[in-house]
Amino acid sequence: MVSIPLEERMRTVRFKVDDRPHIVVNAAVCNNCSVRACVYVCPANLFVPLDDGGILFNYEECFECGTCYIACNQEGAIQWSYPRGGYGVTFREA
Amino acid sequence: MAFLSKEASLALVQRVHRLIGIKNGSTPHGAPQPRRQRSAPRPGAEHFDVIVVGAGPAGSAAALVAARAGLKVLLLERGEYPGSKNVSGAAFYGSAILNELIPNWWEQAPVERYLTRRVLAFMTAETSVAIDFRTTRFAEPPYNGFSILRPKFDRWFADQAVAAGAFLLNAAVVDEVLWEDDQVVGVRVRRDEGDLRADVVIACDGANSFLAKNAGLQREFHAHEMSLGVKEVLELDEGAIRERFHLHDNDGLAIEYIGAITEEVSGGGFLYTNRDSLSLGVIGQISSLAEHRRRPYELLETFKRHPSVAPLVRGGRVREYSAHVIPEAGWNMLPKLYTGGMLVAGDAAALCFVAGLYLEGINYAIQSGMAAGEAAVAAHQERDFSARSLARYVERLRARHVLTDFASYRHAPGLVNSPRLQNLYPELIAAGAEQVFRVNGGPKRKLLPIALDTLRRANISPVHVLQDAWQAGRSFGW
Ligand SMILES: Cc1cc2nc3c(=O)[nH]c(=O)nc-3n(C[C@H](O)[C@H](O)[C@H](O)COP(=O)(O)OP(=O)(O)OC[C@H]3O[C@@H](n4cnc5c(N)ncnc54)[C@H](O)[C@@H]3O)c2cc1C
Ligand code: SF4
Ligand code: SF4
Repeated sequence: MVSIPLEERMRTVRFKVDDRPHIVVNAAVCNNCSVRACVYVCPANLFVPLDDGGILFNYEECFECGTCYIACNQEGAIQWSYPRGGYGVTFREA
Repeated sequence: MAFLSKEASLALVQRVHRLIGIKNGSTPHGAPQPRRQRSAPRPGAEHFDVIVVGAGPAGSAAALVAARAGLKVLLLERGEYPGSKNVSGAAFYGSAILNELIPNWWEQAPVERYLTRRVLAFMTAETSVAIDFRTTRFAEPPYNGFSILRPKFDRWFADQAVAAGAFLLNAAVVDEVLWEDDQVVGVRVRRDEGDLRADVVIACDGANSFLAKNAGLQREFHAHEMSLGVKEVLELDEGAIRERFHLHDNDGLAIEYIGAITEEVSGGGFLYTNRDSLSLGVIGQISSLAEHRRRPYELLETFKRHPSVAPLVRGGRVREYSAHVIPEAGWNMLPKLYTGGMLVAGDAAALCFVAGLYLEGINYAIQSGMAAGEAAVAAHQERDFSARSLARYVERLRARHVLTDFASYRHAPGLVNSPRLQNLYPELIAAGAEQVFRVNGGPKRKLLPIALDTLRRANISPVHVLQDAWQAGRSFGW
C-alpha cells in the first residue's frame, strides 16, 4: 500500500539494537519545557509526552539523524551520541 | 561561475581567501568555543599516513586519492558497511567528476537510471505548475546524473578505495580526535585499544559534524540551518515506471517540488525514478517543523496524497523508510576547514548545496574529498603536516570550484527559505496559471492584468515582487 501508518513504515527499517542507549533524555529538564519540539520533529516518533508533564523516550528505533538535539533548545535535556559501531539503524535501500 | 565576469570572479576568489583566512584560528560566528579537554594517544597506538573518518562519498573519495598515491590509509566507518547509515534522494550529479577518478565508473557501479528529465513543480494544495526539461544530450557518456541508492553505491565506492590499497574498518565509531600540542595526531575509536595515530586525519563524518566540533573547528548548529529529510523507497514495476514517467529504457527523471507541498513548513519534496522503485520524500527546515508543530511523516503522507503526486505513486509498496539531516546554510555555516594534522570535507564541512531547485551534496562531497586527499598527499611529499601546510586544501577546493560555488550562491539559502518564496509565489504562479487556462465564458484577459490582479488578491505589492526578483537575481542569476 502507498499510504501506511508510521508503525508499519517503521517495520520496513532494520535496527540492530544496542543494549546501551545512545541517547539519554533528562526528564527533569523536560518537565519544565513547554516547547516540546522533539515530540513533533522526530521522524520515528520516539518522544511521547506523558500526562504528568514528562517525556517518554525510547532509543531503540532511532535513525541517528540528530534532529532532536538540534531542535531542542533546553541545555542539558538531550545527551546524544552514536550507538556503538555496527549497532543501530542499517539501511539497505534508503 | 558561468555568470561572473573575470574581474568579478577574481574578486570573489579573493573574498573566499579573506574569509577562510579570518576563520583560520578562530571559530566563525559568535563566541570562540571553550577549549575542550584534549586527549593524547596512548603509547603503542598503530600509525597510518592518513586516517579518514566516514565512508560516505567524501571519505571514500579522499581515501581513494590518498591510497593511489601510495600512502597507508585507514578508512573508518561506524556502520555495519559503508552506506548503511546514509540517506540521499538520490540524484547524483557528479558523474563527470567521478569519471576523473574511475573512468566509465557507471559500467561497474550500482546505478539505477541516468537522468535525462528534470522537473521543477510549483505546488499549491490542489494545483501544480511545472517546468519540464528533457534532453537526449544527458543520455550520453559521461552522463549528467544518475539516480542511485546510497547503501549500494557507497558500498561499491568504498570498495574502490580498498582496491586502491586503503584499509576499511567497519563498525568502528570514532569518538574524538587526539592531540599532541596544537597538532591533531590521531583518533580514538570506541573499542579496546582504540587509539590510532595518523599524520593527517580527514573528517568526513557527515552532517552532524561531531569531529569538527570536537576539534573546535565547528560551532553548534541552529535549528534554522539544518533540515530534516524523510524518504521512502516505493517498489513499482519497471514497465509501470517507464509508462508513468514517459521513459524509453534506462533513462530516468528527477522532480523537485516547491510550495505548499510541505504546507506552511519551509522545505520541499522530491521524487526520483530508480530501476524498479521510486525514491520520494519531503525536506523540512528543523526550526520550521518545530514552530509549526508538523510531524515529518505526516507531511510525507500529505505529499503522496497530492492530486499531482498520487497518480505517480499509485500501487507502490513501501520498501524502506529513512531519515537524515541536511546542512542547509551553505557558506554561512562553513567550519574552519583545517588545522594542524586535520582536514574537514563533505557534509561535515557543510559543503552541501541546497537552494530550491538544487540539492547537491554527493558531488560536492566527492569534490571536497578529492581535494582533501590531494592536500594530504602533498603534505606527505613535504613531510609537513602543520596547519600552514594543510592550508593548500583551500587552494584545492577553489581549483575544484567548490568554495567559489558556495561563495557565489551564498545568498540563496536565505532567499529560498523566505515565506514569500516558500508559499506565496508558488501560490501566485498556480493561481495565475489557473486564470490563464480557465475558460468560463467571460472575456479572455491579457497576462499583465491577470498578474496584477493575482498580486492584489494576495495582498502583495509589486514593489515587494521587484525586491524579491532582485534578490533572486543576486542569488541565482549573476
Ligand atoms: C533526504 C536527503 C536527500 C538528499 N538528496 C540528495 C540528492 O538527490 N543528491 C545529492 O547530491 N545529495 C543529496 N543529499 C545530500 C547528500 O546526502 C549529502 O550531501 C552527502 O551524503 C554527503 O556525503 P558525505 O560523505 O559528506 O557524508 P555522509 O554521506 O553522511 O557520510 C558520512 C559517513 O561517516 C560515517 N560516520 C559518521 N560519524 C562517524 C564516526 N564518528 N565514526 C565513524 N564513522 C562515522 C557515517 O556512517 C557515514 O558513512 C540528500 C540528503 C538527504 C538527507
Ligand atoms: S527534549 Fe528538549 S524539546 Fe523535548 S521536551 Fe525535553 S527539553 Fe523540551
Ligand atoms: S536522532 Fe532522529 S530518530 Fe533518533 S530520536 Fe533523535 S530525532 Fe528521533
